[in-house]
Amino acid sequence: MKKSLTILQLYPRDMNIYGDRGNTLALKKRAEQHGLAVTVVDYNPGDSFPKNIDIIIGGGGQDSGQEKIKDDLLAIKDTLHELANNGVPMLLICGLYQLFGKYFKTQTGHTIDGIGLLDITTVAGPERLIGNIVIQSEQFGEIIGYENHSGQTYLGANMQPLGQVIIGAGNNSRDGVEGATYKNVIGSYMHGSLLPKNPAITDWLIEKAAINKYSTFTPATIDDHIIRLARKYAKRRPR
Amino acid sequence: MYAIIEVMTKPYSVLMGKAVRHISRMRGGGSALPGLFVEKIDKHFVRDTLAQLPMGIVLISGTNGKTTTTKMVVELLEGQGLKVFTNKTGSNFSRGVAAALLGEVNHRGKLHADIAVLELDEAHAVHFVQTIPPRYSLLLNVMRDQLDRFGEIDTTAAMLSKIAHATTQTVVINREDPRLAKIGESLSSNVVYFGLANSIKSTFPSDDALHDNSIERPKKSKADVVLTSVGEIATFKIQDTSIETPLKLRGVYNIFNAAAALTTVRSILGDRLDQVQLIKTLSSVTPAFGRGEQLRIDGNPCELILVKNPSGFRLSLSSFDPNNTATMIAINDNYADGRDMSWLWDVDFESLQQTGVSCVGGLRAYDMTLRLQHDNVTVDHTDINVAKCLDTFIKNNHQLPKRIYCTYTAMLAIRQALSKYTKVEDVR
Repeated sequence: MKKSLTILQLYPRDMNIYGDRGNTLALKKRAEQHGLAVTVVDYNPGDSFPKNIDIIIGGGGQDSGQEKIKDDLLAIKDTLHELANNGVPMLLICGLYQLFGKYFKTQTGHTIDGIGLLDITTVAGPERLIGNIVIQSEQFGEIIGYENHSGQTYLGANMQPLGQVIIGAGNNSRDGVEGATYKNVIGSYMHGSLLPKNPAITDWLIEKAAINKYSTFTPATIDDHIIRLARKYAKRRPR
Repeated sequence: MYAIIEVMTKPYSVLMGKAVRHISRMRGGGSALPGLFVEKIDKHFVRDTLAQLPMGIVLISGTNGKTTTTKMVVELLEGQGLKVFTNKTGSNFSRGVAAALLGEVNHRGKLHADIAVLELDEAHAVHFVQTIPPRYSLLLNVMRDQLDRFGEIDTTAAMLSKIAHATTQTVVINREDPRLAKIGESLSSNVVYFGLANSIKSTFPSDDALHDNSIERPKKSKADVVLTSVGEIATFKIQDTSIETPLKLRGVYNIFNAAAALTTVRSILGDRLDQVQLIKTLSSVTPAFGRGEQLRIDGNPCELILVKNPSGFRLSLSSFDPNNTATMIAINDNYADGRDMSWLWDVDFESLQQTGVSCVGGLRAYDMTLRLQHDNVTVDHTDINVAKCLDTFIKNNHQLPKRIYCTYTAMLAIRQALSKYTKVEDVR
């Protein structure tokens, strides 16, 4: 039987505003190129949480979207902690990155509790951090994307960032780092969408999932010349 | 320099503005520079000039369809015998309004018009209405546009709400847009709606429908004009009468915006309206430049279709049949296009799988090609240089009708490059 992976999209109905679907499409295409069949499952507030999930991805939302999912997210908190501690790879962008942290304090001073999977806290800031962003990661090399957030996110003492900012802002206006990683969980503000132009991350998520499930992963050789050119020209564009 | 400028009286600022406009046009420059100049030397120029108009100002805003709808409202009002001022260069910032005014006023600053119809993007309109409240406003839709400029979609809706509340006489609202319908409910002043019949609603995917996001929908209000069928002949239900008419406009969203334009003009003219003439004028309105505009190259049609956000791109793809037509897509990411490319991932391109895409051009041509690869759409040729890409596109598809989907600045570059193949109307 052909090997297969199941990808769970977290709250695609309410948390989807920055082309987050691109990450799902890239994971699916890339996994198929590596010879794995893919099933994509949606999880929305009130659904029963599916079993046998290999990868979890989630995106950004408006304030109103965050309001709609915040209670449900707290209700599945223990499940998500358990999956993360079992090494399930996850990618959370923007709004869900914030809510995978300890809390998000809004402009009005109101606090939304997160699930504390990442040791980060976020406070709404007066300026929006918007524009092309390039970061350098030890693990993934150069990561290219776009950021658009007013949340200022701060990492706890033992939290590792995804990378050092080369162009752009990143987590906040001060620290010069972007994203956060814990076990096989990546949180980040970068979209664009992130995965299509950064296949090193896509391959890593797939590899972790495949090894969890089948103990082995043999990557295929994939023709990436269009991706390389897309990265080359994206990097030249002004902030 | 500033000391001299401050003591200038109006005729001088108008004359100097006109001179800058003339020089700017000779150099092939855009429409905003002379407007900036006159704003600097006479900050009340726009307000004072527009205050002269006996029938006031109509302000048109929303995410998609502003330019074509503005063109329709203008032509419909002209068809009723009015003299109309408009900012038809598509420079929909207040500076563009100042620049357009400079072209129309006489050297004493007098504007000969009955009414002004202005297209303003949401962020600029909010500032504009603070000093110059419109008598009428038309709110078309709120969709995901340039999130990098405006932030979130709810922020954009809040801007349109401010415009509605600043309007002194009548606000015309798309009742099918839940965020706008909510604004309509909050208004105490006169609100008039336009809408769609249930039977054709599936032709109009909205941003929210994409992910089945059920945002609260207010109870449906009665609309003055309802679009009930589209095709070669469009049918509008005006109050309780069904009216059929052929149209030169293409694309379902343009035809829906015709309902918006009809409602607006009916509200402005009231009893003075000549309805037969109104429909007759509508049937002859052609699309605005780059909004389904048709040019001819070697005897074959070449269509230019402006795309600037996911909902608009999706609507365009579902409006035009890709068969027996060569397709090109040109994506730039200059400021006016929006720098964020994420939106391309919210458009489905599967409808192009059968035919493939002949050429992809523009500063983000490789992002676009990568996007198409993910929907298994083949691309024959990719070039970041739009003009060279266009040459290849024309050379490789001599015998075929052509269609080019392009972002705003890519469209400007393409129109310029096309002038060596065919006659392209100067719109500056």
